[in-house]
Amino acid sequence: MEFAELIKTAKVENVQLSCPGLPPIKGTLCITSHHLLLSSQPGGNGEQGTVELWLLIRNVDAVEKRIASSLGTITLKCKDLKVLQLEIPGMEECLNIASSTEALSSMDSVMMMYPFFYRPQSMKLKDGWQLYPLQHYYQQIAAETSAWRLSCINGDFTICSSYPPAVIVPATVDDKVLQKAARFRQGGRFPVLSYYHKKNGTVMLRSSQPLIGPNRKRCQQDELLLSTVLDGGERGFIIDTRSAQAAKQARMMGGGTEPKSSYPRWKRLHRPLERGRLLQESFIKLAEACNDTSLSMDRWLSKLEGSKWLAHVKAALSTACLAAQCMEREEACILVHGAEGTDTTLLVTALAQVILDPNCRTLTGFQGLLEREWIEAGHPFHFRCAHSAYSHARLKQEAPIFLLFLDCVWQLGRQFPFSLQFNERLLLVLFEHTYASCYGTFLCNSEKERCLCEVKEKTHSLWSWLNQPSELNTHLNPLYTYNALVIWPSVEPQSLQLWQGLFLRWIRSSQYLDEAWAEIHRLVTSCEDAPEESAGRTLCHSQPGAAYPLTITGTANEG
Amino acid sequence: NGTLYLTATHLIYVDASAEVRKETWILHHHIASVEKLPLTTSGCPLLIHCKNFRVAHFVIGHERDCHEVYTSLLKLSQPVKPEELYAFSYNPKMPKDSREIGWKLIDLKVDYQRMGIPNDFWEITDANKDYEVCNTYPPEIVVPKAANKATVLGSAKFRSRGRIPVLSYLYKENNAAICRCSQPLSGFSARCLEDEQMLQAIRQANPGSPFMYVVDTRPKLNAMANRAAGKGYENEDNYDNIHFKFIGIENIHVMRSSLQKLLEVCETKSPSMSDFLTGLENSGWLRHIKAVMDAGVFLAKAVKEEKASVLVHCSDGWDRTAQVCSLASLLLDPFYRTFKGLMVLIEKEWIAMGHKFSHRCGHLDGDLKEVSPVFTQFTECVWQLMQQFPCAFEFNERFLLEIHDHVYSCQFGNFLGTCYREREALKIFEKTHSLWPFLLQKKQEFRNPLYKGFTAYKELKPNTLPFSFQFWCGMYNRFDKGMHPKQCVLDHLLNCMSQKMKLEDNATDLENVSPRSKSTLESFCFKEKRALPNS
Repeated sequence: MEFAELIKTAKVENVQLSCPGLPPIKGTLCITSHHLLLSSQPGGNGEQGTVELWLLIRNVDAVEKRIASSLGTITLKCKDLKVLQLEIPGMEECLNIASSTEALSSMDSVMMMYPFFYRPQSMKLKDGWQLYPLQHYYQQIAAETSAWRLSCINGDFTICSSYPPAVIVPATVDDKVLQKAARFRQGGRFPVLSYYHKKNGTVMLRSSQPLIGPNRKRCQQDELLLSTVLDGGERGFIIDTRSAQAAKQARMMGGGTEPKSSYPRWKRLHRPLERGRLLQESFIKLAEACNDTSLSMDRWLSKLEGSKWLAHVKAALSTACLAAQCMEREEACILVHGAEGTDTTLLVTALAQVILDPNCRTLTGFQGLLEREWIEAGHPFHFRCAHSAYSHARLKQEAPIFLLFLDCVWQLGRQFPFSLQFNERLLLVLFEHTYASCYGTFLCNSEKERCLCEVKEKTHSLWSWLNQPSELNTHLNPLYTYNALVIWPSVEPQSLQLWQGLFLRWIRSSQYLDEAWAEIHRLVTSCEDAPEESAGRTLCHSQPGAAYPLTITGTANEG
Repeated sequence: NGTLYLTATHLIYVDASAEVRKETWILHHHIASVEKLPLTTSGCPLLIHCKNFRVAHFVIGHERDCHEVYTSLLKLSQPVKPEELYAFSYNPKMPKDSREIGWKLIDLKVDYQRMGIPNDFWEITDANKDYEVCNTYPPEIVVPKAANKATVLGSAKFRSRGRIPVLSYLYKENNAAICRCSQPLSGFSARCLEDEQMLQAIRQANPGSPFMYVVDTRPKLNAMANRAAGKGYENEDNYDNIHFKFIGIENIHVMRSSLQKLLEVCETKSPSMSDFLTGLENSGWLRHIKAVMDAGVFLAKAVKEEKASVLVHCSDGWDRTAQVCSLASLLLDPFYRTFKGLMVLIEKEWIAMGHKFSHRCGHLDGDLKEVSPVFTQFTECVWQLMQQFPCAFEFNERFLLEIHDHVYSCQFGNFLGTCYREREALKIFEKTHSLWPFLLQKKQEFRNPLYKGFTAYKELKPNTLPFSFQFWCGMYNRFDKGMHPKQCVLDHLLNCMSQKMKLEDNATDLENVSPRSKSTLESFCFKEKRALPNS
């Protein structure tokens, strides 16, 4: 077994654990293939034998060690942004623990990861994997219109390695056309349906960039596929998540964007969104600023600005609003793509749906959205979330696109405190589990890889755990009431806030905010208990807990 | 498209295009500036900035009309004589005695009693009844018992404008006190025996601590510059057992220009995130708010944890000193976080102690350099605390905004003039109404539904790291409705609360009647509320 070779010292006595805000604890440190454990010992500030630390090693983003004579200090910086310190007696032990943690945390092989070994007694392996099949989503559309069909053209992943086996396409376009169109799109990601807007029958499509190339190639099938979507004289919008210049430059590398001449009924709008390295660096800078408690007010604001994180939040929300506006107000169909169509594209399509569709704002609807628009749609979670904000490793393909999405959803929840059924805690759980998890849901980069690794057979689904009644209750927003309207957020800088619950989670105490949420919960439920009064509002029962940051402001605007 | 009306007190705009009649009322006293902008094709634009941060933009068809409105507003918004202020004409048709009772609602003596004063160490004296000690202090002040009349008068000669050290707050549990005064006239070497005795008396009124703090809330450089003018700060060598400390809060001019910059940022049309954050940083506003908060926290900690008394001053002791002392009281004592408590605190530390509301708020046409958002900053500090401790305050954000509005509105007598003596001369107690009963009437809408009561939190220890301070959109962009959360949690929770109260009322009624049958219920006389045994 590979693990055993990596573990040089399995157990150390008299290790002191400290993390901010808590008194240090002494105990016995054990390292297993997937966990670091610390159980307190007599006189170690904790109750004897209690396990004080149960850390998934995959969660460790960076290991920093400092040796002073015979005492070594290891700082573990975690992917969920928590920072822990271990004081280990004995230089050799310290070095061994550090190197084992480092090696075990950076193991790249998916099938060696913890989800393949995690076997909780209360759960069944197969549960949760078939909760949100695309067929189900398709049936909802089919009930409204016959213009769309479910194609299994990608059944063996040969047409597009990052698409799921089934996709939703125009009914009149046959698989042969799709096959040709796929060859004209990067990675084979031909335009497929992402969202059907029941209210007016418009649709949102997504794809990757067309392979126009320097010779201005055209593809009849791709043009056909897109024009089929538009009725008669209708016009559609293409939202390209790159700048006009970047899209043009992509031609040199064989990509490009739809020229007016070949797609006359589609109007192109360029809304550049950052991704890749620049986004990762933004995340790193923000985490750094949040962890530096020595900053003056001016330095803090300057670093917050310099990280550009909130600018990315604003840009993402603005673009999603634009997409939603095209559909809701212009009553037009839209196609969204950037380059690969697996990052900013999904950010925009998923966010637009939260804004437009009340079903995506329920707990199960949101899970379905994540399953459909992120996991099955082929967002490369394995690459993007390999490291978080603290890692010293050379950046490869890491980028917190999904975190940016969660942040935007959090901003929506802050501006519409009654409109999301779930609370902040759910968003935090999702963030944690994309970076390190005992469940298989966010493993791999695509459905194809998940199939090869047998993720759905050999690991548990995050959803089946989340949906257990005891867990579910802690993720509900006590203020939720169904809101059929589109939720148009304000994207003014004054309306967007730093997501303290995530970025400052381990740095500032949330005791008083938690108490406030408990109070809200108490108030809302006590008011609900009155039978005649609850008629107008359907509020869900939930445990007190972190939902949205409290803006109990008097100046809200009824929407 | 709508109609503009000018009345004696308000500018009223009636929007004709809206389906429902929509009126915007702007009090003349709220107008900070009126500007005529260059003529456009649609007419003559008029830009009005208000002291409560409303910005109104009108386009008037004819230039002549616009000019007339402009000149009228200029006159109406800058009254010259105090008698022209709204408070002297405001008449809510209230019987004379309820108006008088209204003025008696807040009695500072009761608050001193609450602190246990008079006691062995402190007394309430009328030494200032003829303003002999200090003409900007109220007639009654609280000083150490050990300080005799000679000490008081001697110290007054050594303090700028006679603002001698007096008690602001006594922390009953350990006898540590917060006292306030103005800067000493120490120059480079002057001393005053009586002033030294005064400080000694304050220190000795807290036998539990061998020393006391003297906190100068100015930046050290400013304080040193004052020495050249014969003022300055205490020399530690001249006073027994004092620990002297500077806390650099900037002066009123810096604060005025900081707010100006902040408002420019708030008014920018669709700024980028970077424009906004850079503008916020460059305005320095949150840095100043943090400085005030840090000072308040320092005081509260000195009193609570070090058990030491603190004497606070700045230059005249009516701006920064008022901010810091009232904030420290709010942190230490849950009473000041109630409706009544905040009113008492404002009456005591601001109104009675001579914060120059009239000048700082520009109530009358006067020196613009005297205008400064000192009270606004205090209001914001309270709001920042409410963000960190959502269950610790009896009132909500609207209450703060309402008070802030009325500080400028001059509708009530409380904030007129600059000190007690001036208010007496203006006969505000005879001729105007007090704000506080008016606010208490609207208590239901100002209530914080999350308030956990008086005993839930004792002293507050706020986090003062920079990230704990947020931009107060509800104040500075209050009238930009589009920027605020689109659904109002406060209204919903207030609703829940009133429903709950109704329920509880019903429940008490029901407890008093037998639930046996409807007929028994009906035959029952509710007024008597006779209790029947439960079946």
